[in-house]
Order: sequence, then structure tokens, then C-alpha cells
Amino acid sequence: MTATAMSARSDLTELGRSETALRAFLHNLPGVDQVGAEQRAAQLGTRSIKATAKAWAIDLAIRMVDLTTLEGADTPGKVRALAAKALRPDPADPSCPHVGAVCVYPSMVPYVAEVLRGPAGGAGPAGAGAAPAGVVHLASVATAFPAGQAPLEVKLADTRAAVAAGADEIDMVINRSAFLTGRYQEVYDEIVATREACGPAHLKVILETGELATYDNVRRASWLAMLAGADFIKTSTGKLPAAATPPVTLVMLEAVRDFRAATGRQVGVKPAGGIKTTKDAIKYLVLVNETVGPDWLDPDWFRFGASSLLNDLLMQRTKLTTGDYAGPDYFTRD
Amino acid sequence: MFEYAPAPESRSVVRLQPAYGLFIDGEFVDPTDGDSFPSINPASEEVLAEVAAGGAGDVDRAVRAARTAYDRVWGPMPGRDRAKYLFRIARLIQERSRELAVLESLDNGKPIKESRDVDLPLVAAHFFYHAGWADKLDHAGFGPGPRPLGVAAQIIPWNFPLLMLAWKIAPALATGNTVVLKPAETTSLTALLFAEICQQADLPAGVVNIVTGAGGTGRALVEHRDVDKVAFTGSTEVGKAIARAVAGTDTRLTLELGGKAANIVFDDAPVDQAVEGIVNGIFFNQGHVCCAGSRLLLQESVADQVLAALKRRMTQLRVGDPLDKNTDIGAINSAAQLARISELADAGTAEGAQRWSPPCALPDRGFWFAPTIFTGVAQSHRIAREEIFGPVLSVLTFRTPAEAVEKANNTPYGLSAGVWTEKGSRMLWLADRLRAGVVWANTFNKFDPTAPFGGYQESGYGREGGRHGLEAYLNV
Repeated sequence: MTATAMSARSDLTELGRSETALRAFLHNLPGVDQVGAEQRAAQLGTRSIKATAKAWAIDLAIRMVDLTTLEGADTPGKVRALAAKALRPDPADPSCPHVGAVCVYPSMVPYVAEVLRGPAGGAGPAGAGAAPAGVVHLASVATAFPAGQAPLEVKLADTRAAVAAGADEIDMVINRSAFLTGRYQEVYDEIVATREACGPAHLKVILETGELATYDNVRRASWLAMLAGADFIKTSTGKLPAAATPPVTLVMLEAVRDFRAATGRQVGVKPAGGIKTTKDAIKYLVLVNETVGPDWLDPDWFRFGASSLLNDLLMQRTKLTTGDYAGPDYFTRD
Repeated sequence: MFEYAPAPESRSVVRLQPAYGLFIDGEFVDPTDGDSFPSINPASEEVLAEVAAGGAGDVDRAVRAARTAYDRVWGPMPGRDRAKYLFRIARLIQERSRELAVLESLDNGKPIKESRDVDLPLVAAHFFYHAGWADKLDHAGFGPGPRPLGVAAQIIPWNFPLLMLAWKIAPALATGNTVVLKPAETTSLTALLFAEICQQADLPAGVVNIVTGAGGTGRALVEHRDVDKVAFTGSTEVGKAIARAVAGTDTRLTLELGGKAANIVFDDAPVDQAVEGIVNGIFFNQGHVCCAGSRLLLQESVADQVLAALKRRMTQLRVGDPLDKNTDIGAINSAAQLARISELADAGTAEGAQRWSPPCALPDRGFWFAPTIFTGVAQSHRIAREEIFGPVLSVLTFRTPAEAVEKANNTPYGLSAGVWTEKGSRMLWLADRLRAGVVWANTFNKFDPTAPFGGYQESGYGREGGRHGLEAYLNV
């Protein structure tokens, strides 16, 4: 690390100690021109990904899926089925990789853990022989998801409970109320506290960009989350009509790129909500490739928060390998 | 690594004839002296077709056909009927846009994503926009009943062959003039396909005439006595010669010539979008753009940061096959242009500027030039003063807004400028002071048929597009 990067890093950790310093820093970040950002994202959306490139991208996208169900109606049976699918998305094709993670509410974590890690925390996933190498992570939303409108102690208890039940990734929501009123310190402190409550689990910080409304806010919130220790920044809860978009993801990718240049620490990005097709997913991968480069083209650094996306990826994958489109009934619905 | 597999657009949509005649009085005819020349694909040097070289006699035939059509059909025709033809042409262009885009990329060397996503949509938009004006000229602000001029001689360059044709023909026809158009000799093919579209639209014979050929053909056209209006887009050198030829006659003249635009980046700019704007400003269409942002003026307090971001971005540029849908930078249009770019780039090195290009493999055949930036450029260097018309950016720095204006205006040209700042008051302050026909605010190379386009000083005179552009074809 260069001397400048070193001093930048120490300067940046100081920021969290003062509301004034934090505000000055965030408000001094270069602005985002809305028209330009949207145009750039649209241009990258016209890349034509064919043949070998498409096959490679589809397998990578499958490995990046955080297979998600976040409903009041979720039951142990439903999430167990989802977990089984996460391990072996395409039972007909053993070469198909497993997904990145399963993402559920805290109360559902134990049932998913049972399937992914074996009963009573035993080693190895169920049906291990057939599952490809690597591990399917267990993510849980916490901190009074999706609104985050609960006292801090409740949010932290929510987080600790999810980790105790077996989640190794926590998807928290930022306090948009505090952010939009300019109480950056409060947002920062909540993230720091949640980070602590996570213990060894990875922390994904949901900005809920649909509520932040401007790209300038998205950039500020991205930096705020990274400064406070986020391992990942995530666009949305998926509970709003305005979810992940390519330009929002572009702005967040620029933020993680600049943050690594300033501090040496790499942070992941997770667009979530509204990504339903292979075509969409590939557009995001192009965005990653041409904004931050191959270092982020890995499930450790980029994820898709999605549910219906996986089946479309599987259909396209089958089409590429066999040459035929199989009907939706040939893929499992869980 | 995410390696994009080749994604070539199919050529099969284009059916080229081995040889093309001149389009005069609604028909393709052979030139009187039978001369022709090849049109080649600059990306492969293959011959695409033989194109007729029009002589003085052919030009005369074309002008006479245009005069007859003006007197008998197009001049007397009510605006609403002219509009119908223009709308029809616009729709046919949209219908055949893939064919036109592929042919444009083949003949010109520009990437298909640009001919498909920029050129063709704008071409259609120009015809639609001017079709709308045809029956509303009474309300264009020139008083009641503005009259057309008559026969317009139009000479267009090779950088946007079909788009420049649209910029010329659409307003001329909408206002009731007839035209004789000469495309650039390296890029005649889309104009000839456009002639087929005129036939398909049943446009009355003689309203549009297309005479292909080189400089001699253009000279014969400009010097023809029965031409009422000359419109030229191209180099300043040729523009001056045309101005001399037309001087002393009552022929009206508009010129859209070269440029050496400043793209000015302030320390409060939206950096990521500014970098995109810089790239778009100079590498769009291989830098073959008269309004290209070929001089980058960086405020010194952010110069290093912006340059680093620019270089990082430039490593992403994909140079190669113009028909590949993922190509960002295509082929240089001709060997002659490549030689000129190389000569000026060498002069930049010789004068002490630092040259940099991202690592990029260039194809063996065809005409190619890697995207290049020069840093440490002084106002006195040739690469800061002369139009390179290629993918070569000269980077200069400034300290204050006043210095930015002084440097930006310190050029005989004045076609366009770009300003990048989040501060609205500064943007307006600069726009007032920059001597350029177009000032782009936090964007670059944005074109629209409703916006007038044109230059100061050696960038020419007259405006094209918008209400202002109509005036160039009307007696007001």
C-alpha cells in the first residue's frame, strides 16, 4: 500500500467519530450526473454476449444467486425445499453449479441450516456426494427488515438471533429515516453496532436505493456503509417497486472501486429485486466487468438477490447445452 | 476473465450491386465519360462496389433535372404534400435501418453499435422533424409565405455519410427546394441506397439527385451557374475554396467546417460521467467528428485524478471489427486519413508531449489507429491547434475559470465545447463566454434535429437543424 493510501485509510476511520467530519466527507464526494450515469448503464446494456461468453456468464450468475424468499407465508417446508434447490439447482445436470446463498427471515434460518449443513449442525451438506464443491451460504435479513423502523436494541437482537441460528451472512437495512434527515452519524453507528453483533458473519448493508431517490444519495450511502464496515452493499429490500436498476448498481460499483483505491479494502455489491431474466443478469455482469473488472466477478464479491431469476438461468443453460428449450415444467418450482 | 465471444452483425441484409451509376432525374444512369472508382471497406480493404465518377456534364444534367423538378413539381407543391413524401422516406429509413446501418459500417468503418444506435435513429428523426415543418413554414417566425431558394447543391463528408445527407436533404426538401447531393468519395454507398428509398417512396423525379465523385465533381457542382444555394460540410480548407468560388454571385452559402473543441472539466465535476463524456467526445466515431472534444482542459486540482480515471476507462475500449456488436472503436476511414492522423501524432511526440495508448491489438488488414492521449500539451503544439480528426486527445490544464475560457477560445475554430461542473451558475457563466456554436453542459456529442448546429470563425457559418436551420433554405 502506498503512503497516500495508508494515510487515507487512517483519515477515513477517523470520520466516524464526528458528525461534522462525516457530513463534510459525504457531501464532498463527486456528484453523479443522472443523465450520464443512466446513459452509461444503457450503453453497457447493449453488449452482445453470445456462445462461450454466455455459457460462462450463466454459470457465474447461478453461483451468484442469493436464492431468496421473504414472505410472511414462509414455512419450514417452503424454505427446506428452497435450500435443497440451492444445493442442486438442476437435478438433471450434475455439472450445474450450486447458488451463492439462501436468504430467509431469521425465524426460518434453522430449517435452512438443517438442509445446507446437515441435521444438528453436522458436517457437510445433505446429499454431499452430488453437490458441487464449495459452500452455499446461509443469509438472513435482520434489523427489523424491511423498514428498519424499530429501536436499535431490537435490531441488534434480531441480528444476534439470526447468527445464533446459523446464518453466516446478515442483510441489514440502513436507517433511511436518519439518512434522509441528515443524521449520518446515527446511520453509521447503527451499522457499526450491527457489524459487531454479526460476529463472524458477513454483513450486507441494504441501502434501499428506491427510498434514497437520487444517485448522489446512493453514492453517499454506499460510502457511509463501507466506512462503517460493510462487507457488501446491497441495493434494495425487494419490498418496493423501485428495486435494483443498472444505473444504481453502476453508481455502487464505482463506489466500491473508489473505496478500494482509497483504503485497500474490497467490498462486494448485491443488486436485489426485479432481476428476473438471464438477459438482465448478464447485463449486470457486463456492468461489473467494465466498471470494476474481474476482481469482482466472483460470488464472494457480487451477488444477485433474486428468486425467479434462477429458473430462467437454468432454462437458458439447458438451451445452450442441449440446443433445445425445455418447458418451465422441466424446472423445479419451490 | 469475462471474454466476450465475437458477436458479428450479419452482412446478408445488404445486397450490393457490383457497380452503381449516378442518380439523376429519378433514375440510375451511367456517367457521360464512363469513369468509376472503387468504394472499399476500410476495415478489410476489400472492394465493396464500383461507384460512378460524375463529370461536369453529369453535374449539369443533375442540376437541370433539379431545376425542372423545382419549377414544375416540388416548388408549387403544397407543404402538406411535401410532408407526406418526407414522412414516407422517414418510415422507409426506419424499416430499412438495419440494412442501412450495416452498409454504413461496411463502407465507413464505424462500429455497428454507433451506426445502429446513433446514426440511423438520428437520420430518421431528421426526416420526421422536417416533415413536420413542411406545412408550417408560415409559422416558423420568418413572416408569411417564406419562399424556397430553388436548387441546392450539397456536398457532404465521409464521417457520418447518411446522417449528413439527412441534415442536408431533409430541410431542403421540407422548405420546397430540390437538391443535387455529392457524397464523399470514400462513402457513397448509403447515399445510393437512399436514392433507392427515394424511388421506393415515389418521390417525384429530379427532386433528389445524387452525383458521386471526388473533388472535381464537387467543384463542378459548386461552380454551376444555375445553383441557388450551396451547403457544404467538410474541411476548412475546402470550405474556403468554396467560399471563394461562390463569392460575388447571388448563390447562398452555408459552411460547416472543422473544429478543435475544448472539453473543460472543473474540480466539482461529476467525475465518472465526465470521463464518459471525454471518451465519447474524442473516441466516438474514431474521432472523425468535426465537433469532437479533441482538447481536454482539466482543472489542475483534479487533473491527476481525472487522467487516472480516463486511462483506466480507456483500457476497456474495444477496437476492431466494425460489424462486431461489442466494438467501441472501428476502422479509420481511409489510408489518407490514417496517414494524416499518424503525421500529427508523430508531431505531438516530436514537440515534447507524452503519448499514451492502452494496450490493444490492431487487426493486420485495414486502417487502424489505437485510441491515444497526449499529456503535457502546450497551447503552441500543433496537436493543440490543428484538427486531427482521429482518436487522439490533447490534454491541457488550467487553474481558473477565466483561464479555461481563454484557452478554450484560443483557436481559429469554434464549433462546439463541453463543460463539466455541478455548479449551475458557473455553467451559465462559461456558456456565455465560450465562442462555440454548441456548448454541451455535463454531456458531449448530443445531437437532435430540433437543436441548431453550426460554428464560429473557421468552423463555418449558418446553422443546421431546428428553426434556425430552415432559414438557410428560405428566402426570408
